[in-house]
Amino acid sequence: MQLAKHWRLKGPRYRLAAVRHPETGAICFPPPADSAEWDEVALSGQGVVESFAAVGKAADGFVDGSIMALIRLAEGPVITAQLTDLEYADVTIGLQVEMVTRKLRDLGPDGLIVYGYKFRPLLSQV
Amino acid sequence: MRKTYIVGTGQTPVGEHWDASLLTLAIRALNSARGAVARPVEALYVANALGGEVAGQSALGAALASAAGLEGIEALRVEAGGASGGAALRQAHLAVASGAYDIVAVVGVEKVTDLLEGPVEAALALALDADYEAAHGLTLTAGWALLQQRYMHVYGYADSAFAPFPVNAHRNAATNKGAQYRFAISPEQVLRSAKIAPPIALLDSATPGDGAAAVIVATEEVARELGGARVRIAGSSLAAGSPALGTRSDLLWLDAADRSARRAFEQARVEPKAVDVLELSDQHGIVASLSLEASGFAERGTAPRLAADGLIARDGALPLATMGGCKARGDAVGALGVYQAVELSAQLQGAAGPNQVADAQIAFAQCLGGLGATAATHVLIRED
Repeated sequence: MQLAKHWRLKGPRYRLAAVRHPETGAICFPPPADSAEWDEVALSGQGVVESFAAVGKAADGFVDGSIMALIRLAEGPVITAQLTDLEYADVTIGLQVEMVTRKLRDLGPDGLIVYGYKFRPLLSQV
Repeated sequence: MRKTYIVGTGQTPVGEHWDASLLTLAIRALNSARGAVARPVEALYVANALGGEVAGQSALGAALASAAGLEGIEALRVEAGGASGGAALRQAHLAVASGAYDIVAVVGVEKVTDLLEGPVEAALALALDADYEAAHGLTLTAGWALLQQRYMHVYGYADSAFAPFPVNAHRNAATNKGAQYRFAISPEQVLRSAKIAPPIALLDSATPGDGAAAVIVATEEVARELGGARVRIAGSSLAAGSPALGTRSDLLWLDAADRSARRAFEQARVEPKAVDVLELSDQHGIVASLSLEASGFAERGTAPRLAADGLIARDGALPLATMGGCKARGDAVGALGVYQAVELSAQLQGAAGPNQVADAQIAFAQCLGGLGATAATHVLIRED
């Protein structure tokens, strides 16, 4: 089931919760492995595609053909996430995107449905 | 530190070995490598990336030592994803250099075909960042595809620019009896092949396969007893970087490859331009390109051009994948670094048959784990 594993990630997964270093002000996402001393900071959820690729053969539990991207968030960090609500042919480097919450995977009849962030084209730009 | 040498080598072909288990493959390679070495093996390092997840067997040191009749010696598994082979070779080198042992065996082994593609992709993805990459659906191939797309954008290449790498690998594999794909391919075939992880093409993509390779690492005394040209491990280094792409300061720079290559060159007291023959992680042209650049063989953004100009051919200045590389010899994942050591030893001893690089004296081997998060690099030098 791995309940606790997914529960621990609820901040970053659902709210894109990043952390800010109390002294340097550096914003970090994903949060460092032990970020107890850092302050939580909310990210805007907006960013720009730095690269993208399609997953031909997906790992077990995922769907073939999904689009992965490296996204530079407005606050600076680069994250790896799926793009959604568009076709591969419509993606370009430089595309403005925003975070949405979607189903990442279904762990089966006895498991969890794992939700988390994906990114879609920025609606105000469409 | 004492000098160390590769004094015995063995390998199985890479491919679909339906009739052989992980241990069967490992023993075949190990026995072949021990053939010429009369003295007993004192320690055994088993390089393997996927054993627990795919073959259902962990604690491979004990499993293989017992199966090979080596009970009682030091034996353990070394795991660093696709860099496992180089990491295990380095452990053997350190064990002999330190004086702890005189003769150590390294066996790289992988058994992947017992599972279908989906579970194998999931197992390979374990070398990525688990919570922030693999959990979002990234696979190893798609990760390299992200880097290829960025590389094409930054340096202005089309996806056709990477075709010279698989074309070279297949040309070399055609005359390697132990290769997975013994046929040549054309650049046009690469371009026409389906995109398995756009922008990466099927024919620019290695297929994970079953296989085992082994080397015996020993002291100078043992190497001299055996006679003939000796293969010295002149440089050995492993460096770790960030598994997650997003946390790297420069997406197109393999920092771990850079650091491990620099240290290995320093130890060997040679420069990249002195290398006569080399093996890299070359599952895709983009992997070979980034490795060539990080390791000092090419300026940033120029590796595909060097490949197109023929520098990586067997008679070029930088002969790469001379037995077929990951793409065509086959990609036995965690065993890669050991296959590289076997093939480069043959090159340095003039025993590479039709694939021989003329007068090879200095060889370079590098294998990567994950998306370059781990890099293990070795420089081998022939001594007469």
